[in-house]
Amino acid sequence: MAASAYDLIVIGSGPGGYIAAIRAAQLGLHVACVEKDSTLGGTCLNIGCIPSKALLESSERYHQASHDFAAHGIQVSGLGLDLAKMMTRKDGIVRALTRGVGSLFKKHKITSVTGMARFSAPDRVEIAGAAPQTLTAQHILIATGSAPVELPMARFDGRRIVSSTEALALPAVPKRLIVIGGGAIGLEMGSVWSRLGAEVLIVEMLDRIAPGMDQQMGTMLLRALQRQGLQFQLGTTLKSAAADADGVTVGLSGPKGASEERGDVLLVAVGRRPFTDGLGLETIGLTLDQRGRIPVDAHYATSVPGVYAIGDVIPGLMLAHKAEDEGVAAAENIAGLPGHVNYDAIPNVVYTAPEFASVGLSEEEAKSRGIAVRIGSFPYTANGRARSIGETEGGVKVIADATTDRVLGIHIVGPHASDVIAEAALAIEFAASSEDIGRTVHAHPTLAEALKEAALAVDGRPLNL
Amino acid sequence: MAVDVQIPALGESVTEGVIVRWLKRDGDSVAVDEALFELETDKASVEIPAPSAGVIAVLTKEGETVHVGDVVARIEPNGAAKAAAPAASTTSAAAPAASAAPATSAAPASAPPPAAPVAATAAPAAAAPLSPAVRRLVEEHELDPTQIASSGKGGRLTKGDVLAHINTAPAAAPPAPPPASAAPAAPVAQVDAARSPTPYPHPGAPIARSDGEAVERVPMTRLRQRIAERLRQAQATAAILTTFNEADMTAVMELRARYKTRFSEVHGVSLGFMSFFARACVTALQDMPLINAQIDGTDIVYHRRVHLGVAVGTERGLVVPIVHDADQRSFADIEREIARLAGLARDNKLGIDDLSGGTFTISNGGVYGSLLSTPILNPPQSAILGMHKIEKRAVVVEDQIVIRPMMYLAVSYDHRLIDGSEAVSFLVKVKERLEEPSRLLLGV
Repeated sequence: MAASAYDLIVIGSGPGGYIAAIRAAQLGLHVACVEKDSTLGGTCLNIGCIPSKALLESSERYHQASHDFAAHGIQVSGLGLDLAKMMTRKDGIVRALTRGVGSLFKKHKITSVTGMARFSAPDRVEIAGAAPQTLTAQHILIATGSAPVELPMARFDGRRIVSSTEALALPAVPKRLIVIGGGAIGLEMGSVWSRLGAEVLIVEMLDRIAPGMDQQMGTMLLRALQRQGLQFQLGTTLKSAAADADGVTVGLSGPKGASEERGDVLLVAVGRRPFTDGLGLETIGLTLDQRGRIPVDAHYATSVPGVYAIGDVIPGLMLAHKAEDEGVAAAENIAGLPGHVNYDAIPNVVYTAPEFASVGLSEEEAKSRGIAVRIGSFPYTANGRARSIGETEGGVKVIADATTDRVLGIHIVGPHASDVIAEAALAIEFAASSEDIGRTVHAHPTLAEALKEAALAVDGRPLNL
Repeated sequence: MAVDVQIPALGESVTEGVIVRWLKRDGDSVAVDEALFELETDKASVEIPAPSAGVIAVLTKEGETVHVGDVVARIEPNGAAKAAAPAASTTSAAAPAASAAPATSAAPASAPPPAAPVAATAAPAAAAPLSPAVRRLVEEHELDPTQIASSGKGGRLTKGDVLAHINTAPAAAPPAPPPASAAPAAPVAQVDAARSPTPYPHPGAPIARSDGEAVERVPMTRLRQRIAERLRQAQATAAILTTFNEADMTAVMELRARYKTRFSEVHGVSLGFMSFFARACVTALQDMPLINAQIDGTDIVYHRRVHLGVAVGTERGLVVPIVHDADQRSFADIEREIARLAGLARDNKLGIDDLSGGTFTISNGGVYGSLLSTPILNPPQSAILGMHKIEKRAVVVEDQIVIRPMMYLAVSYDHRLIDGSEAVSFLVKVKERLEEPSRLLLGV
């Protein structure tokens, strides 16, 4: 059992952990990063953001080939689906990116340690696994992320009742997929399998999809997804789930009473919980809040001196980019530099088609805070580029303070909304007014012009509507 | 030949001011020494007289910040030519500005340099790039972006900053903001005006908070801004500590009751409490010169004279006119001078000299009913006495419980210079002299 002293040990190599490790190394700290899995990158790279985007892209192309090419004058015959190849491509992307993290660690002279980390003291972790060892450091950063929430009436069996992890690697396209949860994961995985031919039913407890995001825009997305053939039961809860040899039967309770649905696979995507299992936090006297999260201060320091936490294990949205920026800020704080995250300017994206992206306050949030707002909207049907690419569903909504004209929130349903939202986040970060966006030259023809027009619409003067 | 109207040297540490009101309009005929405009500086409002007779060409707008030596108007003697008003509205003359500063040795260390006097007149907007909306607004309203308080990232101006500036700046024109609204209403971040088709509210439009609570937004006067700045500076610089004592006012009250009528007959001014306190402080300060001293860099500056600041509340805020050479003045002299200064303060006519050079201050919160308070230093002074209300209390005198008119006394002092024992001793001396006014006569 060798003991070695580091400046910083990062537990977890997801986007929060590996970015924190790199930033700390850039600042001259001697860093080790502990990962329980054999590959680096955490949920995001292995079983989250990246593989889901790979499948979303492949499935979207298949769907377009079978549905949309004809409108472009492209005739397709003999179109077929090779699901195994699609999965291989996805796995290749994951492999390349997770290895990339390993290369980054080497470049920054970060020690990569494989095994489960367990605190034995605030400055000491025991690594279980193939090579048990003890690591000590002045600072330890917990970046262990989150795990899917399991429902008591629908325990994961990995085959019929699955989490997002298995839903990324189903061996065959199910005939009918039932998804519990109308958030980002449920909508994205539902979209993938729907495009590949499955009949998909999405069950959501609330009366809306994409909870937390702007309701009006959420409804816009709901209509678009319904037109694609996805079925929704809103205001409906799961009561029971029984898997058998060829499928799963679920009991639902909705506005019209109890009902039963049958599908090949049940995906439970009702949320994620902070993952602190096996860390031995009780050993160092670190207590969790009621929701199992690690409380931290503005510098990401926990109540235990020298121990920090970021990402999905602390309060806040569970988003990879939030974890990344917290990782940077935490590393800077540990190195004695000022580091902050602006929580008012964190974009949030649902990668459906059309995509749903937003940053800042929703209309409901602005109203509940008593802020008088002015709102400008612009539909993609009036955007030249959207027409050219044949994706005119959705639009842009800009919410500005009625007095100062400062942009409070921007919400986009539409093609490449995930990219257009970057401009919106920059605008909010720099306290731009809607007029600032309206007076900024946007290339023509682009999808981002819809954002400019929506900004002009705040003042009632869109040019192309 | 036209005569320049320049901002005159205004006394120690005053290098800039705001033209709050023109008393003459462009093209008016003016006589020599006729008041041209009202200039508000950190310390007072002063009326600036015409240097010569003729017809005035006004070059500077109301509300503009001007510096010592700036030419703000021209007076054409024969009254004919009004044509050639130069493009530059203000020109800085370096020499007079320089002559204003070195008047006292104390000033440079204590007075913070005024906000970038040069930048105010030179190359606006060159430093930080403006966002498109800000660019449009400053051009439309002919604003100098360097004069607008910024809240954006890296000191950038946001559109909201400019709108707030437009909203508040013209409100300076009505000279007397209602005192109620000038009360310590916390800074109002969100303002909401009834929406008009234009994206910005009309200047001076009624402002209501979005939650419906009515607020009124008025700009801080220069005086209030200066008060705020100096108080913060005092707290940030000095190590302020307060010591308390109490004085039995029986003797002073008896003396005053007995000689009140006679005093006013002889001296033409009424005998108040202030002269007792002033004399008590003066003699105690003479005993303990350190309390009357101040820090200048790494030196201690002892003042041979006592220039006594007397805090006076006015509609515009607290001002502290100075009873100069208080150590040379009799009771009657002090009462007369305080009465004169208070009258000037109320009429907003205090001159720079009336406000400069204090070495110690007396603040009387008692007139408002304060029982106990911790006064804050008036930099660069090192100590301040706080008077409070006289209240009949049960006290023990020679093992008897008796009713006595009591007053709590407080001395706040700069602990960097004055040790606790010295401050306490000073206050004890003041107390003793108030309780036995005959000591004032004998100087013991």
